[in-house]
Amino acid sequence: MTNSIGEIEVSDLIFAIGTNTTENHPVIASCIKRAVRQRGTPLIVADPRNIDLVKYADLWLRHRPGTDVALLNGMMNVIIAEDLADNEYIETRTENFEALKAVIEKYTPEYVENICGVPADDIRKAARMYAGAGTSAILYTMGITQHTTGVDNVKSTANLAMLCGNVGVEGGGVNPLRGQNNVQGACDMGALPNVYTGYQQVANDEARAKFEKAWGVTLPAQPGLTIVDAMDAAHEGSLKALYVMGENPMLSDPDISHVEEALKRLDLLIVQDILPGETTKLAHVVLPAACFAEKEGTFSNTERRVQRVRKAVEAPGQARADWEIIAGISEKMGYPMQYTSAEDIMNEIRALTPSYAGIAYNRIDKTGLQWPCLSEDHPGTKFLHKDRFTRGLGLFSAIEYRPPAEEPDKDYPFVLTTGRVLYHYHTGTMSRLSKGMTERCPESLVEVNPVDAEKLGIVDGGSVRISSRRGSVTAKTLITDRVAPGVVFMNFHFREAAVNLVTNPVFDPVAKIPEYKVCAVRLEAA
Amino acid sequence: MSETFTIHIDGQEIETVPGKTILEVALENGIYIPTLCHLSGTTNVGACRVCSVEVEGARSLVAACSMPVNAGMVIRTDTERVQKARRLIVELLWSSGDHNCLTCEKNGACELQDLVYRLGIEQPRFKINPPGYPVEDSNSMIVRDLNKCILCGRCVRVCNEVQVNEVLDFSMRGSDAKVGPAFDADYIDSNCVFCGACVDACPVGALTFKQARFQGRPWEIEKVRTTCGYCGVGCQIDLNVHDGKIVKVTGNRDYGPPNYGQMCAKGRFGMDFVHSDRRLTTPLIRKNGELEEATWDEAFDYIAEKISTIRDEHGPDSIAGFSSARATNEENYLFQKFMRAVIGTNNVDHCARL
Repeated sequence: MTNSIGEIEVSDLIFAIGTNTTENHPVIASCIKRAVRQRGTPLIVADPRNIDLVKYADLWLRHRPGTDVALLNGMMNVIIAEDLADNEYIETRTENFEALKAVIEKYTPEYVENICGVPADDIRKAARMYAGAGTSAILYTMGITQHTTGVDNVKSTANLAMLCGNVGVEGGGVNPLRGQNNVQGACDMGALPNVYTGYQQVANDEARAKFEKAWGVTLPAQPGLTIVDAMDAAHEGSLKALYVMGENPMLSDPDISHVEEALKRLDLLIVQDILPGETTKLAHVVLPAACFAEKEGTFSNTERRVQRVRKAVEAPGQARADWEIIAGISEKMGYPMQYTSAEDIMNEIRALTPSYAGIAYNRIDKTGLQWPCLSEDHPGTKFLHKDRFTRGLGLFSAIEYRPPAEEPDKDYPFVLTTGRVLYHYHTGTMSRLSKGMTERCPESLVEVNPVDAEKLGIVDGGSVRISSRRGSVTAKTLITDRVAPGVVFMNFHFREAAVNLVTNPVFDPVAKIPEYKVCAVRLEAA
Repeated sequence: MSETFTIHIDGQEIETVPGKTILEVALENGIYIPTLCHLSGTTNVGACRVCSVEVEGARSLVAACSMPVNAGMVIRTDTERVQKARRLIVELLWSSGDHNCLTCEKNGACELQDLVYRLGIEQPRFKINPPGYPVEDSNSMIVRDLNKCILCGRCVRVCNEVQVNEVLDFSMRGSDAKVGPAFDADYIDSNCVFCGACVDACPVGALTFKQARFQGRPWEIEKVRTTCGYCGVGCQIDLNVHDGKIVKVTGNRDYGPPNYGQMCAKGRFGMDFVHSDRRLTTPLIRKNGELEEATWDEAFDYIAEKISTIRDEHGPDSIAGFSSARATNEENYLFQKFMRAVIGTNNVDHCARL
């Protein structure tokens, strides 16, 4: 997030696009709902589904899955045409506005209505509300990112925010709500193929030299493979060994059959995890890890706040903390890692990472600090890009709408979109062991609109088969107008109804994120 | 807000600012006023009246939680009149419910029990006459015993004003009044999302965590503050530990950001996996097609040898590692350091995109 969770309650308007906040980030959803109910903050929700947040919204834009760029361009068209933009901000804080303006010109509300299915007048209304409210916050999650146009979608939210002077101000911003406890931290720590900690590029000679010196080795300059590239490399045989720590690609990755074949071709698959799963079944070596309640360390949350993780109970059997296991392997390979504690490791991170330099354990004992935190007397950073963007001027990107990779046709007439439900988490390895969560949500339900259900003879609670060009799954039906006619929704928590057998393994060309939010499917009563 | 004025509480002269309640000013100055219905961050309702104090010139006792301070106000918190009123209220609350501390999960952490003790009440003057509601035991997460409910309304306010789930409210009236979801439904049959905030807010034993029942008394439990391991909000939570087991998870408003004591169903009730008998407990190495138990040394040797051979034959880029958005910063750092410095490849990624 450019801004902080707490700022949601001081924003003058909240624009939630592609985030089912009440189910995926319930505690942040409470901030939104408090703002709406207690401060009268206007809320615009843009989502193809009639999610719970819609109940609190002043305006709901039900756009077709995968048409976010068109919708956002349409709003910007109105803002420019009606002279509602923050011209001074554009002039002093940004660049490339003319290019944006040129592209935006054709995205009139009527033109966009044809693409998105949102009435032109609602687009006008949303634009006027967003631009007219003072400081507006944009919140988004995977509804924006999990598309072949994921990067375009994100950049479009940034375009809209900059157009109205909403970046670098309290209560504004472009705020992705991160889905996993430490996905922010894993990125910050350089668990990415192209960067070291704090987003220092591996291809940058100066950065590489710094890490070579600190680690006492020569380092490769060429960025590495992403998960999806690695799977392809395993499939074609150039990747021989894979070390998987706490991931379950056999359920989380698109086109599982392809993943399974790829993993089976490896000469060595090491899986380190707390629980057995689909991926451990294929492993050559399985290493038992301690879970979050059994070790010390830190997580970085969605608002860049680095917070303590503390040991409450002993790990079962011989399970060890992940860092101890890595150090154990490393030592056998002739590179001893002699850390005595997690804090020891954090001190090494701080020395190599300017944005984490001030985040000492003794400072975050009570309340976590938000990076950038440049020194031990730096208070941390509540919101980014104040007075100046990290890159200098905010860059507008002129972006044309591109449709999703796979659109419905005669053979596969429905759009399938996927996501999570409140009571489960990711591939369900943790949440499905909870008695309470299982009681509340025991099985996967496919959301089907009543109109479609009637046409296809599908009954509520009955079994339905969903098939795509990749494969098919069968699950129970929930007939509901949460989804529009022609759209079905399914979660990915349940291995017995693994929706990623069906999803489309196509990716954003830059971010390599799969298009989980749109693929074409066929439905049949089963 | 910059103007200040002086008030007197129990003879103590206190400088304060407008907009605060008597209770707030008293608490800031270390003056004890008991409360039951008060829940900071929610509307002051003055429902229970145990915070009654004397204000000079006032017609009757006033509720300190709801009465704003005024310039020159003279307040007494501990007069005989105040004591008498508090005692009466507490005796009425006690006698109107089934407050059997022997088996109550809240024994030792019950605000009504504490108040009875503090006021030195041996027995209520009135006949103990609980309403006789059936105990709601229909879900595995929250037990609701309305016979212990004192109708303070904290659960209603936290549900509506803090969580804004808008599930709980009062129904019926007079001595039939009760709290709960619409149409008198059980939690499990309502649109309750099981955030558990009502249980944390309950001052007595009316709402308790089912799985924690008989798993340890409040004074035996160690609370370990940590960061929730589910989503990216990073809620600060207390793992309540007894006998080496997490028996429940509670929130604490005083921990501040990001969640101010609030959490969701997963953080609250999704921790069963920690003590699951499905956990991996020993290293395993595949031999003749089967995963067999091994020691750490055997596993490390096996991995080191295999990786070294593959690296020598096919180069470091024939090896990749997937780090984890579930693991700590320190572990992610070490993982990428291992891949880069020890193996010699940048083939390291994690599931940020999935």
